[in-house]
Amino acid sequence: MRRARTWLPGLLLVAPSIVAIGVFVYGMLGWNFRLAMTDKHTSRQQDEQFVGLENFIAIWDQPRWHLSVEHAIKFTVVFVVGALVLGWFLAFLMEKGIRGEGTFRTIYLFPMAVSFIATGIVWRWLMNSGQGERAVGLNRLFDAVGLPQWAWFRDQDWGMAAMAIPAVWQMSGYVMALFLAGFRGVPEELREAARVDGCTEWGVYRHVVLPLLRPVTLSALIILGHISLKVFDLIMAVSGKQIVTDVPAVFMWVTVFDSDDPAKGATIAAYIVLAVAIFVIPYLVWSVRKEKDR
Amino acid sequence: MRAVRFILLLAFVLIFLIPVYVLLATSFKPLTEADPSQAWNLPQTWTFEAWGVAWEKLRPGIWNSILLAVPGSILACALGSMNGYVLSKWRFPGADVLFTLFLFGMFIPYQGVMIPLVQLLINLDEAVGASGFFYGGLPGLILAHVVYGIPICTLIFRNYYVTIPTELIEASRVDGAGMLRTYWSVVLPVSGPAIAVVIIWQFTSLWNDFLFAVFLASPQNWPTTVMLNNIAGAQATPYSQQMAAAILSSIPTMLIYVFLGRFFMRGLMAGALKG
Repeated sequence: MRRARTWLPGLLLVAPSIVAIGVFVYGMLGWNFRLAMTDKHTSRQQDEQFVGLENFIAIWDQPRWHLSVEHAIKFTVVFVVGALVLGWFLAFLMEKGIRGEGTFRTIYLFPMAVSFIATGIVWRWLMNSGQGERAVGLNRLFDAVGLPQWAWFRDQDWGMAAMAIPAVWQMSGYVMALFLAGFRGVPEELREAARVDGCTEWGVYRHVVLPLLRPVTLSALIILGHISLKVFDLIMAVSGKQIVTDVPAVFMWVTVFDSDDPAKGATIAAYIVLAVAIFVIPYLVWSVRKEKDR
Repeated sequence: MRAVRFILLLAFVLIFLIPVYVLLATSFKPLTEADPSQAWNLPQTWTFEAWGVAWEKLRPGIWNSILLAVPGSILACALGSMNGYVLSKWRFPGADVLFTLFLFGMFIPYQGVMIPLVQLLINLDEAVGASGFFYGGLPGLILAHVVYGIPICTLIFRNYYVTIPTELIEASRVDGAGMLRTYWSVVLPVSGPAIAVVIIWQFTSLWNDFLFAVFLASPQNWPTTVMLNNIAGAQATPYSQQMAAAILSSIPTMLIYVFLGRFFMRGLMAGALKG
Protein backbone atom coordinates (compact mmCIF):
# COMPACT_ATOMS: atom_id res chain seq x y z
CA MET A 1 0.00 0.00 0.00
CA ARG A 2 1.19 3.46 -0.89
CA ARG A 3 1.89 5.87 1.90
CA ALA A 4 -0.92 7.96 3.29
CA ARG A 5 0.69 11.16 2.08
CA THR A 6 -0.03 10.23 -1.49
CA TRP A 7 -3.69 9.26 -1.10
CA LEU A 8 -4.86 11.42 1.76
CA PRO A 9 -5.40 14.60 -0.33
CA GLY A 10 -7.68 12.62 -2.65
CA LEU A 11 -9.76 11.37 0.24
CA LEU A 12 -10.06 14.91 1.56
CA LEU A 13 -11.27 16.21 -1.79
CA VAL A 14 -14.01 13.56 -1.92
CA ALA A 15 -14.87 13.96 1.76
CA PRO A 16 -17.70 16.49 1.28
CA SER A 17 -19.42 14.12 -1.15
CA ILE A 18 -18.86 11.15 1.15
CA VAL A 19 -20.52 13.04 3.98
CA ALA A 20 -23.38 14.18 1.72
CA ILE A 21 -24.06 10.69 0.33
CA GLY A 22 -23.61 9.18 3.78
CA VAL A 23 -26.18 11.51 5.32
CA PHE A 24 -28.64 11.99 2.47
CA VAL A 25 -28.67 8.48 1.03
CA TYR A 26 -27.75 6.03 3.79
CA GLY A 27 -28.66 8.18 6.77
CA MET A 28 -32.06 9.05 5.33
CA LEU A 29 -32.79 5.47 4.30
CA GLY A 30 -31.96 4.35 7.83
CA TRP A 31 -34.02 7.14 9.34
CA ASN A 32 -36.94 6.17 7.11
CA PHE A 33 -36.74 2.53 8.20
CA ARG A 34 -36.60 3.59 11.83
CA LEU A 35 -39.62 5.86 11.37
CA ALA A 36 -41.46 2.98 9.72
CA MET A 37 -40.93 0.98 12.92
CA THR A 38 -42.61 3.54 15.18
CA ASP A 39 -46.22 4.45 15.97
CA LYS A 40 -45.87 8.06 14.76
CA HIS A 41 -49.25 8.15 13.03
CA THR A 42 -49.64 11.94 12.96
CA SER A 43 -46.84 14.41 12.31
CA ARG A 44 -47.63 16.28 15.57
CA GLN A 45 -46.97 13.24 17.73
CA GLN A 46 -43.77 13.72 19.74
CA ASP A 47 -43.17 10.64 21.89
CA GLU A 48 -43.32 7.90 19.29
CA GLN A 49 -42.71 4.34 20.46
CA PHE A 50 -40.74 1.61 18.73
CA VAL A 51 -43.19 -1.01 17.45
CA GLY A 52 -40.92 -3.26 15.41
CA LEU A 53 -42.36 -4.60 12.20
CA GLU A 54 -45.97 -3.94 13.20
CA ASN A 55 -46.57 -1.38 10.44
CA PHE A 56 -44.99 -3.63 7.84
CA ILE A 57 -47.46 -6.38 8.73
CA ALA A 58 -50.51 -4.20 9.38
CA ILE A 59 -50.41 -2.64 5.92
CA TRP A 60 -51.27 -6.01 4.36
CA ASP A 61 -54.68 -5.77 6.03
CA GLN A 62 -55.51 -2.80 3.83
CA PRO A 63 -57.34 -3.54 0.57
CA ARG A 64 -55.83 -0.40 -0.98
CA TRP A 65 -52.30 -1.68 -0.39
CA HIS A 66 -53.10 -4.98 -2.09
CA LEU A 67 -54.58 -3.06 -5.00
CA SER A 68 -51.58 -0.75 -5.39
CA VAL A 69 -49.10 -3.64 -5.26
CA GLU A 70 -51.13 -5.56 -7.82
CA HIS A 71 -51.22 -2.47 -10.04
CA ALA A 72 -47.47 -1.95 -9.75
CA ILE A 73 -46.84 -5.57 -10.76
CA LYS A 74 -49.16 -5.40 -13.76
CA PHE A 75 -47.65 -2.09 -14.83
CA THR A 76 -44.12 -3.41 -14.43
CA VAL A 77 -44.73 -6.56 -16.46
CA VAL A 78 -46.39 -4.77 -19.38
CA PHE A 79 -43.98 -1.85 -19.34
CA VAL A 80 -40.75 -3.84 -19.03
CA VAL A 81 -41.71 -6.49 -21.57
CA GLY A 82 -43.21 -3.90 -23.93
CA ALA A 83 -40.22 -1.55 -23.85
CA LEU A 84 -37.71 -4.40 -24.11
CA VAL A 85 -39.42 -6.03 -27.09
CA LEU A 86 -40.11 -2.78 -28.95
CA GLY A 87 -36.66 -1.35 -28.22
CA TRP A 88 -34.99 -4.56 -29.27
CA PHE A 89 -37.05 -4.76 -32.45
CA LEU A 90 -36.24 -1.17 -33.46
CA ALA A 91 -32.53 -1.82 -32.89
CA PHE A 92 -32.78 -5.07 -34.82
CA LEU A 93 -34.31 -3.23 -37.79
CA MET A 94 -31.52 -0.65 -37.71
CA GLU A 95 -28.44 -2.60 -36.72
CA LYS A 96 -27.13 -3.29 -40.23
CA GLY A 97 -27.33 0.37 -41.12
CA ILE A 98 -30.23 2.01 -42.88
CA ARG A 99 -30.73 5.26 -44.77
CA GLY A 100 -31.74 8.07 -42.41
CA GLU A 101 -30.62 6.16 -39.31
CA GLY A 102 -29.74 9.37 -37.48
CA THR A 103 -33.21 10.79 -38.06
CA PHE A 104 -34.94 7.59 -36.95
CA ARG A 105 -32.87 7.49 -33.78
CA THR A 106 -33.59 11.14 -33.01
CA ILE A 107 -37.34 10.60 -33.34
CA TYR A 108 -37.50 7.38 -31.31
CA LEU A 109 -35.46 8.93 -28.53
CA PHE A 110 -36.99 12.39 -28.23
CA PRO A 111 -39.62 11.43 -25.59
CA MET A 112 -36.71 10.85 -23.18
CA ALA A 113 -36.01 14.59 -23.17
CA VAL A 114 -39.54 15.49 -22.05
CA SER A 115 -41.09 15.13 -18.59
CA PHE A 116 -43.71 12.49 -17.83
CA ILE A 117 -45.90 15.37 -16.68
CA ALA A 118 -45.89 16.99 -20.14
CA THR A 119 -46.39 13.75 -22.07
CA GLY A 120 -48.95 12.58 -19.51
CA ILE A 121 -51.21 15.45 -20.60
CA VAL A 122 -51.35 14.20 -24.18
CA TRP A 123 -51.75 10.59 -23.15
CA ARG A 124 -54.63 11.45 -20.85
CA TRP A 125 -56.33 13.00 -23.89
CA LEU A 126 -55.42 10.06 -26.14
CA MET A 127 -56.60 7.49 -23.59
CA ASN A 128 -59.76 9.37 -22.62
CA SER A 129 -62.39 6.85 -21.62
CA GLY A 130 -65.29 8.76 -23.24
CA GLN A 131 -67.10 6.66 -25.82
CA GLY A 132 -69.58 7.18 -28.65
CA GLU A 133 -70.41 10.83 -29.21
CA ARG A 134 -68.20 11.98 -26.36
CA ALA A 135 -65.18 10.05 -27.56
CA VAL A 136 -61.96 11.96 -28.14
CA GLY A 137 -58.45 10.64 -28.56
CA LEU A 138 -57.78 7.06 -29.50
CA ASN A 139 -61.35 5.93 -28.90
CA ARG A 140 -62.57 8.27 -31.66
CA LEU A 141 -59.76 7.17 -33.93
CA PHE A 142 -60.49 3.49 -33.22
CA ASP A 143 -64.19 4.03 -33.86
CA ALA A 144 -63.40 5.63 -37.22
CA VAL A 145 -61.38 2.61 -38.37
CA GLY A 146 -63.78 0.04 -36.87
CA LEU A 147 -61.78 -1.00 -33.79
CA PRO A 148 -63.60 -1.43 -30.45
CA GLN A 149 -63.58 1.46 -27.97
CA TRP A 150 -62.17 0.90 -24.51
CA ALA A 151 -62.04 2.54 -21.06
CA TRP A 152 -58.21 2.54 -21.22
CA PHE A 153 -56.66 3.25 -17.84
CA ARG A 154 -60.10 3.34 -16.21
CA ASP A 155 -60.58 -0.35 -17.00
CA GLN A 156 -60.83 -2.34 -13.74
CA ASP A 157 -58.69 -5.27 -14.84
CA TRP A 158 -56.41 -4.05 -17.59
CA GLY A 159 -56.18 -0.35 -16.80
CA MET A 160 -52.57 -0.63 -15.72
CA ALA A 161 -51.67 -2.20 -19.06
CA ALA A 162 -53.03 0.94 -20.72
CA MET A 163 -51.06 3.06 -18.25
CA ALA A 164 -47.91 1.28 -19.41
CA ILE A 165 -48.41 2.41 -23.02
CA PRO A 166 -47.13 5.99 -22.47
CA ALA A 167 -44.21 4.58 -20.48
CA VAL A 168 -43.32 2.21 -23.32
CA TRP A 169 -43.58 5.11 -25.76
CA GLN A 170 -41.29 7.20 -23.57
CA MET A 171 -38.62 4.59 -22.81
CA SER A 172 -38.37 2.20 -25.77
CA GLY A 173 -36.13 4.63 -27.69
CA TYR A 174 -33.67 4.38 -24.83
CA VAL A 175 -33.76 0.59 -24.93
CA MET A 176 -33.24 0.80 -28.68
CA ALA A 177 -30.11 2.92 -28.17
CA LEU A 178 -28.76 0.39 -25.63
CA PHE A 179 -29.40 -2.57 -27.92
CA LEU A 180 -28.02 -0.75 -30.95
CA ALA A 181 -24.76 -0.17 -29.09
CA GLY A 182 -24.85 -3.85 -28.12
CA PHE A 183 -25.43 -5.04 -31.70
CA ARG A 184 -22.62 -2.82 -32.96
CA GLY A 185 -20.31 -4.20 -30.28
CA VAL A 186 -20.47 -7.71 -31.78
CA PRO A 187 -17.25 -8.08 -33.83
CA GLU A 188 -17.96 -8.67 -37.53
CA GLU A 189 -15.26 -11.42 -37.54
CA LEU A 190 -17.37 -13.49 -35.14
CA ARG A 191 -20.39 -13.31 -37.43
CA GLU A 192 -18.20 -14.07 -40.43
CA ALA A 193 -16.64 -17.06 -38.67
CA ALA A 194 -20.09 -18.43 -37.88
CA ARG A 195 -21.14 -18.02 -41.51
CA VAL A 196 -18.01 -19.85 -42.67
CA ASP A 197 -18.94 -22.66 -40.28
CA GLY A 198 -22.22 -22.96 -42.17
CA CYS A 199 -24.55 -20.95 -39.96
CA THR A 200 -27.59 -19.42 -41.61
CA GLU A 201 -28.20 -15.71 -41.05
CA TRP A 202 -30.81 -16.70 -38.43
CA GLY A 203 -28.32 -19.11 -36.88
CA VAL A 204 -25.78 -16.29 -36.58
CA TYR A 205 -28.31 -14.27 -34.58
CA ARG A 206 -29.41 -17.19 -32.50
CA HIS A 207 -25.97 -18.53 -31.55
CA VAL A 208 -23.61 -15.57 -31.86
CA VAL A 209 -25.38 -12.22 -31.54
CA LEU A 210 -28.12 -12.92 -28.99
CA PRO A 211 -25.83 -14.51 -26.37
CA LEU A 212 -23.52 -11.50 -26.63
CA LEU A 213 -26.49 -9.19 -26.02
CA ARG A 214 -27.23 -10.72 -22.61
CA PRO A 215 -25.35 -8.07 -20.57
CA VAL A 216 -27.17 -5.28 -22.44
CA THR A 217 -30.50 -7.00 -21.85
CA LEU A 218 -29.69 -7.24 -18.15
CA SER A 219 -28.80 -3.54 -17.95
CA ALA A 220 -32.00 -2.58 -19.75
CA LEU A 221 -34.02 -4.85 -17.47
CA ILE A 222 -32.58 -3.25 -14.33
CA ILE A 223 -33.10 0.29 -15.58
CA LEU A 224 -36.68 -0.33 -16.71
CA GLY A 225 -37.50 -2.31 -13.58
CA HIS A 226 -36.33 0.32 -11.12
CA ILE A 227 -38.13 3.07 -13.03
CA SER A 228 -41.27 0.99 -13.03
CA LEU A 229 -41.40 0.10 -9.34
CA LYS A 230 -41.26 3.73 -8.26
CA VAL A 231 -43.48 5.15 -11.02
CA PHE A 232 -45.18 8.32 -9.79
CA ASP A 233 -45.05 11.28 -12.21
CA LEU A 234 -46.78 9.48 -15.07
CA ILE A 235 -49.64 8.21 -12.91
CA MET A 236 -50.14 11.64 -11.34
CA ALA A 237 -50.20 13.32 -14.75
CA VAL A 238 -52.54 10.84 -16.43
CA SER A 239 -55.02 9.96 -13.71
CA GLY A 240 -54.05 11.75 -10.48
CA LYS A 241 -54.96 10.07 -7.21
CA GLN A 242 -57.70 7.80 -8.57
CA ILE A 243 -57.84 4.41 -6.90
CA VAL A 244 -58.21 2.65 -10.23
CA THR A 245 -54.55 3.42 -11.05
CA ASP A 246 -53.16 3.56 -7.51
CA VAL A 247 -49.53 2.42 -7.09
CA PRO A 248 -47.34 2.37 -3.95
CA ALA A 249 -45.64 5.69 -4.79
CA VAL A 250 -48.99 7.48 -5.15
CA PHE A 251 -50.37 5.73 -2.07
CA MET A 252 -47.34 6.95 -0.13
CA TRP A 253 -47.86 10.53 -1.29
CA VAL A 254 -51.53 10.44 -0.27
CA THR A 255 -50.57 8.90 3.08
CA VAL A 256 -48.06 11.64 3.83
CA PHE A 257 -50.02 14.65 2.58
CA ASP A 258 -53.71 13.78 2.84
CA SER A 259 -53.77 11.30 5.74
CA ASP A 260 -50.74 12.84 7.55
CA ASP A 261 -49.42 9.46 8.70
CA PRO A 262 -45.58 9.58 8.64
CA ALA A 263 -45.04 6.07 9.99
CA LYS A 264 -47.31 4.49 7.38
CA GLY A 265 -45.83 6.64 4.60
CA ALA A 266 -42.35 5.53 5.66
CA THR A 267 -43.50 1.91 5.64
CA ILE A 268 -44.71 2.16 2.05
CA ALA A 269 -41.49 3.96 1.07
CA ALA A 270 -39.45 1.23 2.77
CA TYR A 271 -41.26 -1.43 0.74
CA ILE A 272 -40.50 0.47 -2.49
CA VAL A 273 -36.81 0.67 -1.50
CA LEU A 274 -36.69 -3.04 -0.69
CA ALA A 275 -38.35 -3.97 -3.99
CA VAL A 276 -35.73 -2.00 -5.92
CA ALA A 277 -32.75 -2.98 -3.75
CA ILE A 278 -33.38 -6.71 -4.13
CA PHE A 279 -32.27 -6.66 -7.73
CA VAL A 280 -30.21 -3.46 -7.99
CA ILE A 281 -27.62 -4.36 -5.31
CA PRO A 282 -26.57 -7.68 -6.90
CA TYR A 283 -26.45 -5.92 -10.26
CA LEU A 284 -24.19 -3.14 -8.97
CA VAL A 285 -21.83 -5.56 -7.27
CA TRP A 286 -21.74 -7.65 -10.43
CA SER A 287 -21.02 -4.74 -12.77
CA VAL A 288 -18.31 -3.18 -10.62
CA ARG A 289 -16.63 -6.60 -10.31
CA LYS A 290 -16.87 -7.17 -14.05
CA GLU A 291 -15.24 -3.82 -14.66
CA LYS A 292 -12.37 -4.69 -12.33
CA ASP A 293 -11.73 -7.94 -14.21
CA ARG A 294 -11.32 -6.10 -17.46
CA MET B 1 -35.40 -6.95 -47.00
CA ARG B 2 -33.87 -3.52 -46.69
CA ALA B 3 -37.06 -1.91 -48.03
CA VAL B 4 -39.22 -3.87 -45.56
CA ARG B 5 -37.07 -2.72 -42.67
CA PHE B 6 -37.25 0.87 -43.86
CA ILE B 7 -41.05 0.79 -44.18
CA LEU B 8 -41.42 -0.76 -40.71
CA LEU B 9 -39.18 1.91 -39.20
CA LEU B 10 -41.20 4.59 -40.97
CA ALA B 11 -44.45 3.13 -39.63
CA PHE B 12 -43.04 3.30 -36.09
CA VAL B 13 -42.05 6.92 -36.67
CA LEU B 14 -45.66 7.73 -37.52
CA ILE B 15 -46.90 6.01 -34.36
CA PHE B 16 -44.26 7.75 -32.24
CA LEU B 17 -45.30 11.13 -33.59
CA ILE B 18 -49.05 10.78 -32.91
CA PRO B 19 -48.74 12.57 -29.53
CA VAL B 20 -46.76 15.37 -31.19
CA TYR B 21 -49.48 15.88 -33.79
CA VAL B 22 -52.14 16.00 -31.06
CA LEU B 23 -50.12 18.52 -29.04
CA LEU B 24 -49.56 20.88 -31.93
CA ALA B 25 -52.96 20.59 -33.63
CA THR B 26 -54.91 21.00 -30.38
CA SER B 27 -52.80 23.88 -29.06
CA PHE B 28 -53.57 26.06 -32.10
CA LYS B 29 -57.34 25.47 -32.00
CA PRO B 30 -59.75 28.21 -30.93
CA LEU B 31 -62.25 27.27 -28.20
CA THR B 32 -65.05 27.09 -30.78
CA GLU B 33 -63.38 24.02 -32.30
CA ALA B 34 -63.06 22.19 -28.97
CA ASP B 35 -65.84 19.74 -29.94
CA PRO B 36 -65.01 15.99 -29.69
CA SER B 37 -66.16 15.50 -33.29
CA GLN B 38 -63.22 17.64 -34.45
CA ALA B 39 -60.74 16.02 -32.07
CA TRP B 40 -58.35 14.78 -34.76
CA ASN B 41 -58.82 17.61 -37.27
CA LEU B 42 -56.28 20.30 -37.89
CA PRO B 43 -57.50 23.71 -36.70
CA GLN B 44 -59.73 25.49 -39.23
CA THR B 45 -58.59 28.84 -37.90
CA TRP B 46 -55.13 28.83 -36.38
CA THR B 47 -54.75 30.93 -33.26
CA PHE B 48 -52.11 31.65 -30.61
CA GLU B 49 -54.87 32.36 -28.08
CA ALA B 50 -54.21 29.24 -25.96
CA TRP B 51 -50.45 29.79 -26.11
CA GLY B 52 -50.83 33.28 -24.67
CA VAL B 53 -52.95 32.10 -21.75
CA ALA B 54 -50.70 29.10 -21.09
CA TRP B 55 -47.60 31.29 -21.09
CA GLU B 56 -49.11 33.67 -18.55
CA LYS B 57 -50.07 30.77 -16.26
CA LEU B 58 -46.76 28.96 -16.62
CA ARG B 59 -44.34 31.89 -16.51
CA PRO B 60 -43.60 31.93 -12.74
CA GLY B 61 -42.91 28.20 -12.88
CA ILE B 62 -40.50 28.57 -15.79
CA TRP B 63 -38.59 31.25 -13.92
CA ASN B 64 -38.40 29.02 -10.82
CA SER B 65 -37.19 26.12 -12.97
CA ILE B 66 -34.37 28.26 -14.36
CA LEU B 67 -33.37 29.45 -10.86
CA LEU B 68 -33.36 25.80 -9.81
CA ALA B 69 -31.81 24.01 -12.75
CA VAL B 70 -28.89 26.34 -13.55
CA PRO B 71 -27.17 26.42 -10.12
CA GLY B 72 -28.23 22.82 -9.47
CA SER B 73 -26.47 21.53 -12.57
CA ILE B 74 -23.31 23.62 -12.10
CA LEU B 75 -22.81 22.58 -8.47
CA ALA B 76 -23.41 18.89 -9.12
CA CYS B 77 -21.03 19.08 -12.08
CA ALA B 78 -18.25 20.63 -9.98
CA LEU B 79 -18.58 17.98 -7.26
CA GLY B 80 -18.84 15.16 -9.80
CA SER B 81 -15.72 16.32 -11.59
CA MET B 82 -13.59 16.37 -8.42
CA ASN B 83 -14.92 12.99 -7.29
CA GLY B 84 -14.40 11.44 -10.70
CA TYR B 85 -10.82 12.73 -10.78
CA VAL B 86 -9.94 11.29 -7.38
CA LEU B 87 -11.71 7.97 -7.98
CA SER B 88 -9.90 7.43 -11.28
CA LYS B 89 -6.49 9.08 -10.89
CA TRP B 90 -5.79 9.78 -7.24
CA ARG B 91 -7.23 6.70 -5.67
CA PHE B 92 -7.21 5.89 -1.97
CA PRO B 93 -7.69 2.49 -0.24
CA GLY B 94 -11.33 1.43 -0.50
CA ALA B 95 -12.06 3.68 -3.47
CA ASP B 96 -13.91 0.90 -5.32
CA VAL B 97 -16.16 0.09 -2.41
CA LEU B 98 -16.91 3.77 -2.00
CA PHE B 99 -17.72 4.08 -5.68
CA THR B 100 -20.20 1.19 -5.45
CA LEU B 101 -21.80 2.82 -2.42
CA PHE B 102 -22.12 6.04 -4.42
CA LEU B 103 -23.68 4.22 -7.37
CA PHE B 104 -26.43 2.78 -5.21
CA GLY B 105 -27.48 6.38 -4.58
CA MET B 106 -28.30 6.59 -8.29
CA PHE B 107 -30.85 3.81 -8.11
CA ILE B 108 -32.60 4.45 -4.82
CA PRO B 109 -36.27 5.30 -5.11
CA TYR B 110 -36.33 8.82 -3.71
CA GLN B 111 -39.56 8.03 -1.90
CA GLY B 112 -37.34 6.16 0.55
CA VAL B 113 -35.60 9.36 1.70
CA MET B 114 -38.40 11.88 1.26
CA ILE B 115 -40.04 11.97 4.71
CA PRO B 116 -36.72 12.27 6.63
CA LEU B 117 -35.50 14.78 4.04
CA VAL B 118 -38.47 17.04 4.75
CA GLN B 119 -37.71 16.78 8.47
CA LEU B 120 -34.01 17.52 7.92
CA LEU B 121 -34.80 20.62 5.85
CA ILE B 122 -37.17 21.85 8.57
CA ASN B 123 -34.40 21.31 11.14
CA LEU B 124 -31.96 23.22 8.93
CA ASP B 125 -34.47 26.09 8.75
CA GLU B 126 -34.61 26.17 12.55
CA ALA B 127 -30.81 26.07 12.72
CA VAL B 128 -30.41 29.10 10.46
CA GLY B 129 -33.49 30.78 11.91
CA ALA B 130 -35.21 31.33 8.57
CA SER B 131 -38.49 29.49 8.14
CA GLY B 132 -39.13 28.41 4.56
CA PHE B 133 -35.55 28.86 3.36
CA PHE B 134 -34.70 25.17 2.97
CA TYR B 135 -38.10 23.47 3.35
CA GLY B 136 -40.35 25.07 0.76
CA GLY B 137 -37.65 27.29 -0.69
CA LEU B 138 -35.47 26.87 -3.75
CA PRO B 139 -32.20 26.47 -1.75
CA GLY B 140 -33.55 23.28 -0.16
CA LEU B 141 -34.69 21.91 -3.51
CA ILE B 142 -31.31 22.75 -5.08
CA LEU B 143 -29.51 21.07 -2.17
CA ALA B 144 -31.51 17.89 -2.67
CA HIS B 145 -30.93 17.82 -6.42
CA VAL B 146 -27.20 18.45 -6.06
CA VAL B 147 -26.71 15.73 -3.45
CA TYR B 148 -28.75 13.10 -5.29
CA GLY B 149 -27.04 14.15 -8.54
CA ILE B 150 -23.57 13.38 -7.17
CA PRO B 151 -23.64 9.63 -8.03
CA ILE B 152 -24.44 9.97 -11.75
CA CYS B 153 -22.12 12.98 -12.18
CA THR B 154 -19.29 11.14 -10.44
CA LEU B 155 -19.89 8.10 -12.65
CA ILE B 156 -19.78 10.07 -15.90
CA PHE B 157 -16.61 11.97 -14.93
CA ARG B 158 -14.87 8.89 -13.59
CA ASN B 159 -15.51 6.93 -16.75
CA TYR B 160 -14.27 9.86 -18.80
CA TYR B 161 -11.12 10.50 -16.75
CA VAL B 162 -10.15 6.81 -16.88
CA THR B 163 -9.33 7.40 -20.55
CA ILE B 164 -6.77 10.14 -19.75
CA PRO B 165 -3.32 8.45 -19.95
CA THR B 166 -1.88 7.95 -16.47
CA GLU B 167 1.54 9.05 -17.88
CA LEU B 168 0.17 12.60 -18.13
CA ILE B 169 -0.71 12.59 -14.44
CA GLU B 170 2.63 11.00 -13.52
CA ALA B 171 4.54 13.56 -15.58
CA SER B 172 2.75 16.34 -13.78
CA ARG B 173 3.62 14.73 -10.44
CA VAL B 174 7.26 14.42 -11.40
CA ASP B 175 7.23 18.12 -12.22
CA GLY B 176 6.28 18.65 -8.60
CA ALA B 177 2.61 19.47 -9.08
CA GLY B 178 0.27 18.37 -6.31
CA MET B 179 -3.19 16.90 -6.65
CA LEU B 180 -5.09 20.15 -7.08
CA ARG B 181 -2.48 21.65 -9.40
CA THR B 182 -2.60 18.56 -11.62
CA TYR B 183 -6.39 18.70 -11.65
CA TRP B 184 -6.38 22.36 -12.58
CA SER B 185 -3.69 22.30 -15.28
CA VAL B 186 -3.91 18.78 -16.76
CA VAL B 187 -7.35 17.28 -16.13
CA LEU B 188 -9.75 20.21 -16.20
CA PRO B 189 -8.58 21.59 -19.57
CA VAL B 190 -9.53 18.32 -21.31
CA SER B 191 -12.83 17.87 -19.42
CA GLY B 192 -14.98 19.79 -21.91
CA PRO B 193 -17.00 16.89 -23.34
CA ALA B 194 -17.69 15.34 -19.93
CA ILE B 195 -18.77 18.71 -18.55
CA ALA B 196 -21.19 19.09 -21.45
CA VAL B 197 -22.64 15.62 -20.86
CA VAL B 198 -23.08 16.18 -17.12
CA ILE B 199 -24.55 19.68 -17.38
CA ILE B 200 -27.05 18.55 -20.01
CA TRP B 201 -27.99 15.46 -18.05
CA GLN B 202 -28.44 17.36 -14.78
CA PHE B 203 -30.29 20.24 -16.39
CA THR B 204 -32.73 17.88 -18.12
CA SER B 205 -33.41 15.84 -14.99
CA LEU B 206 -33.82 18.93 -12.83
CA TRP B 207 -36.10 20.57 -15.36
CA ASN B 208 -38.26 17.46 -15.65
CA ASP B 209 -38.32 16.55 -11.95
CA PHE B 210 -41.71 16.38 -10.31
CA LEU B 211 -41.26 14.21 -7.20
CA PHE B 212 -38.81 16.41 -5.27
CA ALA B 213 -40.65 19.57 -6.25
CA VAL B 214 -44.03 18.31 -5.13
CA PHE B 215 -42.65 17.20 -1.75
CA LEU B 216 -40.26 20.07 -1.04
CA ALA B 217 -41.38 23.28 -2.77
CA SER B 218 -43.97 25.72 -1.50
CA PRO B 219 -46.45 27.16 -4.06
CA GLN B 220 -44.53 30.36 -4.85
CA ASN B 221 -41.45 28.21 -5.63
CA TRP B 222 -43.17 25.59 -7.74
CA PRO B 223 -41.17 24.74 -10.84
CA THR B 224 -42.69 24.23 -14.30
CA THR B 225 -43.67 20.58 -13.86
CA VAL B 226 -45.79 21.19 -10.76
CA MET B 227 -47.42 24.27 -12.30
CA LEU B 228 -48.13 22.31 -15.45
CA ASN B 229 -49.68 19.44 -13.54
CA ASN B 230 -51.95 21.87 -11.69
CA ILE B 231 -52.98 23.65 -14.90
CA ALA B 232 -53.80 20.33 -16.53
CA GLY B 233 -55.47 18.95 -13.42
CA ALA B 234 -58.01 21.76 -13.29
CA GLN B 235 -61.17 20.56 -15.02
CA ALA B 236 -61.87 24.06 -16.34
CA THR B 237 -58.67 24.30 -18.38
CA PRO B 238 -59.44 23.72 -22.08
CA TYR B 239 -57.40 21.10 -23.90
CA SER B 240 -55.86 23.74 -26.16
CA GLN B 241 -54.31 25.50 -23.15
CA GLN B 242 -53.16 22.22 -21.56
CA MET B 243 -51.39 21.19 -24.75
CA ALA B 244 -49.83 24.62 -25.30
CA ALA B 245 -48.57 24.59 -21.70
CA ALA B 246 -47.15 21.09 -22.17
CA ILE B 247 -45.23 22.23 -25.25
CA LEU B 248 -44.00 25.44 -23.60
CA SER B 249 -42.72 23.53 -20.59
CA SER B 250 -40.76 21.17 -22.85
CA ILE B 251 -39.12 23.75 -25.12
CA PRO B 252 -35.85 24.17 -23.15
CA THR B 253 -35.09 20.46 -22.93
CA MET B 254 -36.23 19.83 -26.52
CA LEU B 255 -33.87 22.56 -27.78
CA ILE B 256 -31.01 20.94 -25.87
CA TYR B 257 -31.95 17.55 -27.29
CA VAL B 258 -32.11 18.79 -30.87
CA PHE B 259 -28.90 20.83 -30.83
CA LEU B 260 -26.78 18.89 -28.33
CA GLY B 261 -28.26 15.42 -28.81
CA ARG B 262 -24.82 13.83 -29.01
CA PHE B 263 -24.01 14.79 -25.42
CA PHE B 264 -27.51 13.92 -24.26
CA MET B 265 -27.05 10.41 -25.66
CA ARG B 266 -23.77 9.91 -23.84
CA GLY B 267 -25.40 10.85 -20.56
CA LEU B 268 -28.13 8.30 -21.22
CA MET B 269 -25.61 5.59 -21.93
CA ALA B 270 -23.72 6.44 -18.74
CA GLY B 271 -26.96 5.81 -16.88
CA ALA B 272 -26.63 2.22 -18.02
CA LEU B 273 -23.22 2.02 -16.32
CA LYS B 274 -21.41 1.93 -19.65
CA GLY B 275 -18.52 4.25 -20.47
